Amino acid sequence: MIEIESLSKRYGATTVVDGVSLTVARGTVAVVVGTSGSGKSTLLRMINRLVEPSAGAVRIDGRDTRATPAHLLRRRIGYAIQGHGLFPHRTVAENIATVPRLLGWDMPRIERRVDELLSLFQLDPGAFRGQYPHELSGGQQQRVGVARALAAEPAVLLMDEPFGALDPIIRDKAQEDLLAIQRRFGTTVVLVTHDMDEAFRLADRVAVMRDGRLLQYDRPAALLRAPADPFVARLAGTADRSLKLLSLVSAGEAAEPGAGDGPTVPASASLRDVLAELIWRGAEAATVVADGRPAGRLTLAAILARGRAG
Amino acid sequence: MRVAAWALRLAGLGLLAAFLAVPQRFAPLFAPLTEYGAPPIYDQGSLLGLALAHLATVFAATAASAVVAVTLGIFVTRESGAEFLPLSRTLVNVGQTFPPVAVLAIAVPLVGFGEWPTLIALFAYGLLPVFENTIAGLESCPPAVREAADGMGLGARQRLLAVELPLALPLILEGIRLSLVVNIGTATLGSTVAAKGLGEVIIAGLLSNNTAFILQGGLVTGLMAVLLYDAMAAAERRLLKAVRVA
Repeated sequence: MIEIESLSKRYGATTVVDGVSLTVARGTVAVVVGTSGSGKSTLLRMINRLVEPSAGAVRIDGRDTRATPAHLLRRRIGYAIQGHGLFPHRTVAENIATVPRLLGWDMPRIERRVDELLSLFQLDPGAFRGQYPHELSGGQQQRVGVARALAAEPAVLLMDEPFGALDPIIRDKAQEDLLAIQRRFGTTVVLVTHDMDEAFRLADRVAVMRDGRLLQYDRPAALLRAPADPFVARLAGTADRSLKLLSLVSAGEAAEPGAGDGPTVPASASLRDVLAELIWRGAEAATVVADGRPAGRLTLAAILARGRAG
Repeated sequence: MRVAAWALRLAGLGLLAAFLAVPQRFAPLFAPLTEYGAPPIYDQGSLLGLALAHLATVFAATAASAVVAVTLGIFVTRESGAEFLPLSRTLVNVGQTFPPVAVLAIAVPLVGFGEWPTLIALFAYGLLPVFENTIAGLESCPPAVREAADGMGLGARQRLLAVELPLALPLILEGIRLSLVVNIGTATLGSTVAAKGLGEVIIAGLLSNNTAFILQGGLVTGLMAVLLYDAMAAAERRLLKAVRVA
């Protein structure tokens, strides 16, 4: 759990982050959004003290971050950034092993962990262990960057626009992988982005920042249904909010018991995708399929109800 | 291509070694350049001894300037030393712009004749390439890499030793190589203030109007510079491969 309490950062007369308080529950994903210059990156970098706060406090699992020397604190917190920052003169395995080495893990344990992470990110350990970053594609470099951040099994992972440099298809996959891995390890993630779609897709809660202030910190659906501020409404994009709401719910969550007819859709599909499928086929209902078996049905009326206010 | 390069290298090295070992054998070659029966081969001392003394002076001076310039380069790229960057740059540039002959002239009254004025002149002259290349190398470290190093909890020293210096190494070595080669030529000036070196041969030639001497001093110096440049470049490639920066 991360508790941020009236955190501020001032450079001379300019206040970059202004009294931000928020709590990220253990094992959840908080996404900080805002335009550039909103202070979102500074807020993130104050969590691992790459930037020292001017006022306020950060506690991770109840411990004040100032109780530990900054560089020791950072070894327990994963950190992944845009442009990955892989060490060009180190192999993939050596890059991933950076923090475990600093922590003094023994070699067999480090090797096991490197291989485990490579497999998790769908990189064949045998082929990739000895490669150098420049030999990898952009998507692979980014995956190694995240793997490196997760190497020492940190309870907290900070990410600063980690997918910003990827093309849309690879970004999609990277987001999916991140969620899968986050659930598997139960990592608490704070991610900074300016991409609202990314925020809605990944976040348990979204923090909207502007001019260093936290405007709203809430579930994605709440941001759409009840934006606290015109800026939040603009950023969240209320014009097509019904469709955005639908994209936040999976077919599996919304399925009603009973056998359906019409097209089959996977349980992982969003209601938005199911709606699109129903419109396309001219059908009134779809059958939701999970693990190859029918798991319920979804009617057009039920989907439309989910997209309504209130 | 590689075979030709190696053949050229070995030929150069063989020629230099042969000339320094048995210079008298080359007398017929240089005889047409002399007049009135002057000796065609330098005979006022051992050429081999002079060449070795020449190299020793150059190596000592370059090693000293490399240590000082790299240390200084690291210091001024740290947060604590950043304000000394302009001052250091000025000092090092003065070392380069001040003609070595002038440095010799100033140094002699202070430290007397012999090796020391030459060492001082070469030291000052060799600082700039190493210093500037060290800074360029350290600054070439991509910001994202530095940020990642900090973010993962490397200390300042760990970041320098494990990340910044290895990435700067190619440029630093190149700077040292440049200093060394330039200093091999410059060191001939040291003979004007009685430092042992190949300059003696050239000066003897100038004084006695003996073109053969001048040519011998110049050729040996030049050949040493070319061969050393080549050897250092090869050694650098090996070293960089060993630390896997290349």
